[in-house]
Amino acid sequence: MLLWIAMAVLTAVASLVVLAPLGRRGTSDAAADSAGSIYRDQLAELARDREAGLIAESEAEAARIEIARRLLKVTDAGADRLRDGATLRRFAVLVAIIGLPLIAVGTYLAIGSPNLADQPLAERRQASNDSELDGLVAKVEAHLAAEPNDGKGWEVIGPVYMRMGRFDDAARAFDNSRRLLGATPDRDALYGEALVRIHGGLVTADAEQAFASALKADPSNVRARFYIAIGLGQSGRKDEAVAAWKSLIDSAPADAPWLDSAKAELAGLEGGAPMAAAPGPTANDVAAAADQTPEQRQQMIEGMVSGLAARLDASPDDPQGWARLFRAYIVLGRQADAEAALVRARGLLAGKSDVLAAVEKAAADNGISAKAAP
Amino acid sequence: MIVELGHYSLVLALALAIVGFVLPLIGALRHDAQLMAVAPSATVAQFVFVAISFAVLTHAYLVSDFSVANVVENSHSMKPLIFKISGVWGNHEGSMLLWVLILALFGALVALFGRNLPLRLKALVLSIQSLIGVAFLFFILATSNPFLRLSPAPIEGRDLNPILQDIGLAIHPPLLYLGYVGCSISFSFAIAALIDGRIDAAWARWVRPWTLAAWVFLTLGIAMGSYWAYYELGWGGWWFWDPVENASFMPWLAATALLHSAIVMEKRDALKIWTILLAILAFSLSLLGTFLVRSGVLTSVHAFASDPTRGVFILGILCVFIGGGLALFAARAPSLAPGGVFAPISREGALVFNNLILTAACATVLTGTLYPLVLEALTGGKISVGAPFFDMTFGPLMVPLLIAVPFGPLLAWKRGDLLAASQRLMAAFLVALAVIVIGLFLAGTGSALAILGIALAAWLLVGSLSDIAFRVKLGRAPLAESVRRGVGLPRAAWGTMVAHFGLGLTVLGIVASTAWNSETIVTMKPGDSVEVAGRTLAMDGFLPVAGGTYTGTAVRFSIREGGAAIGTLQPEKRFYTVQNMPTTESAIRTFGFSQLYVSLGDVKPDGETTVRVYWKSLITLIWLGALVMAAGGTLSLSDRRLRVGAPKPARRAVPVAAE
Repeated sequence: MLLWIAMAVLTAVASLVVLAPLGRRGTSDAAADSAGSIYRDQLAELARDREAGLIAESEAEAARIEIARRLLKVTDAGADRLRDGATLRRFAVLVAIIGLPLIAVGTYLAIGSPNLADQPLAERRQASNDSELDGLVAKVEAHLAAEPNDGKGWEVIGPVYMRMGRFDDAARAFDNSRRLLGATPDRDALYGEALVRIHGGLVTADAEQAFASALKADPSNVRARFYIAIGLGQSGRKDEAVAAWKSLIDSAPADAPWLDSAKAELAGLEGGAPMAAAPGPTANDVAAAADQTPEQRQQMIEGMVSGLAARLDASPDDPQGWARLFRAYIVLGRQADAEAALVRARGLLAGKSDVLAAVEKAAADNGISAKAAP
Repeated sequence: MIVELGHYSLVLALALAIVGFVLPLIGALRHDAQLMAVAPSATVAQFVFVAISFAVLTHAYLVSDFSVANVVENSHSMKPLIFKISGVWGNHEGSMLLWVLILALFGALVALFGRNLPLRLKALVLSIQSLIGVAFLFFILATSNPFLRLSPAPIEGRDLNPILQDIGLAIHPPLLYLGYVGCSISFSFAIAALIDGRIDAAWARWVRPWTLAAWVFLTLGIAMGSYWAYYELGWGGWWFWDPVENASFMPWLAATALLHSAIVMEKRDALKIWTILLAILAFSLSLLGTFLVRSGVLTSVHAFASDPTRGVFILGILCVFIGGGLALFAARAPSLAPGGVFAPISREGALVFNNLILTAACATVLTGTLYPLVLEALTGGKISVGAPFFDMTFGPLMVPLLIAVPFGPLLAWKRGDLLAASQRLMAAFLVALAVIVIGLFLAGTGSALAILGIALAAWLLVGSLSDIAFRVKLGRAPLAESVRRGVGLPRAAWGTMVAHFGLGLTVLGIVASTAWNSETIVTMKPGDSVEVAGRTLAMDGFLPVAGGTYTGTAVRFSIREGGAAIGTLQPEKRFYTVQNMPTTESAIRTFGFSQLYVSLGDVKPDGETTVRVYWKSLITLIWLGALVMAAGGTLSLSDRRLRVGAPKPARRAVPVAAE
């Protein structure tokens, strides 16, 4: 509301600025005279110079004649003959009070974002009560700058970048994790998804290649199948796309978060609706996540980590999972949690010495040490 | 709310510019005083609203409001304060906003201080100025809006291009824009005169100071840009005949010509039509300079602002203003009354000579800059026109002009005496001759060209002093008398001397730094040393550096002269983490007017480093000369006297130039 009031005030000022001179009278005389006034100034200055002895008498005389000649020429040409036009003035008044606000408000409504509040960084940090998220990302980035060959670090930060909308960075992170840790269907699909997001939802050849390689290793990879289906639709291969969506929907669990989007895509294809470069449900997830406050995003990252921890508590027989958890805690700066996790792993894996050895090694790699389990 | 208010202010400024263009123009054509009176207030209000929106954008940068797309793309919360501010115009959108801000400022200045301008001329000038404003504001809002928002806002910005994170960005573009946009005032006056169908004294009285001011800013802006490129890019070069450099150099040449022809116009009421044409050309070249950078057809260090999608819009603006201006000129110029006559050998004649050569030089640069583009468009062939072309065409063109410079101020108006002028330049001639003889004796015929160049510089330096020396009767009258005369001389005369002297300094710097420079590229390890220009440069070791958004390594060198340490140099290699971009920071130490310049190449893990060491003789004179030129312009600008060039009665044998 305040914005509209302020805009109204500004507009009124602008209109008044144009209106004020239209109401004024008696400017004509001064105007007609000013052309001659320059020459009168010149004559006065010439007189001053002559008195000060700056120019010789004969030169001053020559200059005086020159000025007089020019002055006469102007007077001959005549001063501006000014007219008063009532019709013109009415037109000008209309322009000031109707035309100007119309142009301004019309243009602004077309291009402005009146509903968006300012978001200065300090305020946003205060609103979320901390700057931890920035700090966490910065910490991971600093770590990766120092150790660019840490594939697991890249794997942790990739999804965070995706959620932050930094798709270029996300693609780089996933590509690095693929390169350093070896390609898996999940990594390939994530990389492909980042590429799709970079291009605003378009499944490019690069992305398609990434999805294809994911499907080659794991034909059931949902993320890859989803984007392949979108790509088929985008390239106009309607029948193949419909088939791909149908098989995907058939094999989906009833509560799959992407199911609605998939059905909408299928309906769009069958209904013959024009194809848009539609972002997929995972993309929608990202958009939804991006709509969250920093606080919520913070929770989301924590959620990812605690989800992993919970999964490992349930099925601890996964040395790679433990390694990822340690890595996540370390890059997030939660050393104590990392140590606690190691202690917990020792408890859960008691009796599985080969798995435990791998976990211990992962912990040692990450510089985690903890006293022996009680 | 603040951001949106800034956005709305910009839109309001556009609306006011449209009104400020239409109403005063109708008023002027229909002789309606009230409608014409709208022009000043609309112009001032336009400036206020643009200023509000510029302040808002700056505020968004200062508080890192990442809901503004422009801030995200060009800023970072960790960036030092100065670069947060200069980052506002370190990108296409923001720099266009700065351009419009200066445009509106100049319009407002004319509105506020043009009290003695005839009403009709003033209304027309401000109307044209508003039309330029309309074009640029529309361009900004339609294609380059800095107030576009992002929702949700990213958490961090992408940082500014590291090359632009330099104090140079805070100074170079504003100065250059002040120069470019200053030309718009002369342009508006020229168009107004063409519409009005007459040019009177008020016209010349106004055009000269504006041109002079624009020229001073252009001079400083170009010099600053050149020095920035010199120390930032790490190649040790100060001018590359890069298309974008040429784009700023061409308006300078045209403005220099305009500045001189405006003198003739103001004093002698002659060269009117030519002056108008020059005013149109100078601004056209300024527009070209502004847009060549952004069109995307050129690649250069200025490519930060390029985006080919704006090409059509840009082409449209260029066509309207350049084509429209020239068409109006062709239609109306013949109806303007020609001015006074003069003999070929006279002050006017000398200034015409200056104009001819400067425009020819400008045309040469234009050809060299645009020819590759035209050729590529027509035949698809790619050629590159580089320094050799310009050295062979531009250089020889300038030599006769430089020789003629000292003669100009010594010739009288209307009809001059070449012989008398030559006699007064005898001292300069002798000094130049002495330079040649001594130079050839010392350096041999091998560097004959350089020695001739130095002689030319000496001729300019002493010749520019000769005029003043003669006028104050230096050595021919008691010193007190000379001082009294010196004080009595108009500041414009001193300005001429200072500016021409500065030109001499620049020529000296160019010749000396080109002829006597040395470039050494060596691979060094800590402990190694290299000899350069009688000094020893020893590599001491590495140290880490970090700041803002970069980390990097510096190498410390110590300089020794005759065994004694006289200082250290610390060039750096930096890596900007957010932009993911390495940069090289050179280190420079000045000895007298010469400079020792060190920059780093590859650093290998074992500490073996490629080091480029340059010795540049008298190179700082290039920029000092430009500063002196600008000082001369300012001095002349401060001369608020009215000027009438009174013709001398023909019978006087030895004319004395009157100011």
